[in-house]
Amino acid sequence: MIAASLQVLARALAKREVSSVELTHLYLDRIARHNPQLNAFISVDEGCSLAQARAADERLAKGEGGPLTGIPIAHKDIFCAQGWLTTCGSRMLNNFVSPYDAAVITRFKAAGAVLLGKTNMDEFAMGSSNETSFYGPVRNPWNADCVPGGSSGGSAAAVAAALAPAATGTDTGGSIRQPAALCNLTGMKPTYGVVSRYGMIAFASSLDQAGPLARSAADCALLLNAMAGFDERDSTSVERPGEDYCREIDAAAGDRPLAGLKIGLPVEFFGEGCRPEVMHLVEAAIAEYRKLGAETISVSLPSMQLSVAAYYVIAPAEASSNLARFDGVRYGYRAPEYQDLNDMYSKSRAQGFGAEVKRRILIGTYVLSHGYYDAYYLQAQRIRRLIANDFAKAFGQCDVIIGPTSPSTAFKLGEKAADPVQMYLSDIYTIAVNLAGLPAISLPCGFAGGLPAGLQLIGNYFAETQLLNVAHRYQQVSDWHVQRPAGFD
Amino acid sequence: MSLTLEQVHRVAHLARIEISDGEAQSTLGQLNEIFSLIEEMQAVDTRGVEPMAHAQDVAQRLRADRVSEAGTIDQRAAFQEVAPETEAGLYLVPRVIE
Repeated sequence: MIAASLQVLARALAKREVSSVELTHLYLDRIARHNPQLNAFISVDEGCSLAQARAADERLAKGEGGPLTGIPIAHKDIFCAQGWLTTCGSRMLNNFVSPYDAAVITRFKAAGAVLLGKTNMDEFAMGSSNETSFYGPVRNPWNADCVPGGSSGGSAAAVAAALAPAATGTDTGGSIRQPAALCNLTGMKPTYGVVSRYGMIAFASSLDQAGPLARSAADCALLLNAMAGFDERDSTSVERPGEDYCREIDAAAGDRPLAGLKIGLPVEFFGEGCRPEVMHLVEAAIAEYRKLGAETISVSLPSMQLSVAAYYVIAPAEASSNLARFDGVRYGYRAPEYQDLNDMYSKSRAQGFGAEVKRRILIGTYVLSHGYYDAYYLQAQRIRRLIANDFAKAFGQCDVIIGPTSPSTAFKLGEKAADPVQMYLSDIYTIAVNLAGLPAISLPCGFAGGLPAGLQLIGNYFAETQLLNVAHRYQQVSDWHVQRPAGFD
Repeated sequence: MSLTLEQVHRVAHLARIEISDGEAQSTLGQLNEIFSLIEEMQAVDTRGVEPMAHAQDVAQRLRADRVSEAGTIDQRAAFQEVAPETEAGLYLVPRVIE
């Protein structure tokens, strides 16, 4: 049961072979048993989860359930959930019980899913290892000495250890895809604007996008069906007709299901920088894609090398503005002692934010300050355009771009924590996608030294259905994604 | 380019983050390493390239200037429940006008 796909769980629930209450108990018990070791969850609320499960069972008994009704799902603690502690991994929100639901939470509730708990994350989603959380680091189920990736590290560890059947995450520079790669999961960042940001605590608003973390592309498609959709409360939500992200996956296909598909291999993804053991697995996956009928061609994204530099101007600039709201007045942490109003702001923010968040606020404040705006912020936005143009040109020649998700497998806790630049560079393959606003998915492609590696597929704008199908066809002929870490049976 | 200790203090003040001399010193080193990464951008000639603020080239949606929550319950109490200090429906802060 704990390794079952969402479709299998849904079928068992619909046939009343298992109730949502039983399923929810099963996962709550697993959380109680394994979370002390992994630290994947910040909060669980058994009473609330079980109440939702009972309501789901009533719907199922009346035959009113949908594909996610009664299925427990863990949510990254960046999504506001009414009546739940919503911390964003920060001391600043250590006491914040949200008075309202994020759009993603509302949509899962409407689908009848059960909120299983809130998962650990890098503070305000700023990090690639889950080590910046105020609630302590998360451990990788594949090796407890290693990080799970970040910032959606708690969600990834929870699903990898089967403490949840699936989870949500957010991806500003790779925060869904990189932890998916490091924990042997399938994780998707949709096109910017596909999933509403309403009630999702903002980091860098022009880059932030929510998406699913699950055990397969088919599961991700089901989750995205629930998550995606226009929302007038998000000013950048995209107005377009709804679609069934499962439709290509569900379509019948022969033994060359990807015949006619053109896969672009950017020379910049296959140069130095990626560890050879990861590259070896990526190349083996590409060979498998050729067997599935796809054709591969070489493409180039020459400005991609500048993506980390441009990102570390744009994301901190937006963060410094977004995080100005945490002032100790309306919600969140307020310092116990202060002299006057300014002192209250400065002490509350100094004590409420951790080191990485402060660093990024300072970078952002600096690059937006008088005299530096043109040289940094405007230049970064121009480079962002060059990067988007590179992708547009590449998608004139191919349908999907493939490369590694992360240049290495999971690294050791503490290995990069003291060196921000090294940590930033570990996101070299994922950041450009956020700058361009494109959809991308990471899926398991093998193991090196007992640790999983991820393959990244990047699609053109709104090509989620196709991307999910291209990932699914590989998962039909490979079994990397069904491998599970030892010690969590 | 590298920042000075004085600039770190200035930026921290603008961001309203209290910072000790010791913290400013260690932050200075880290920020300078990050800025040496960011400086890579400066070598690129971007004359004539239109800055890209956003992934979707769409205009801001407009809406009628109306209270959207009209007719629903007063949510003030719910929102103020999470505030550090309130009184009579107001947020309390240190006195700013003598």
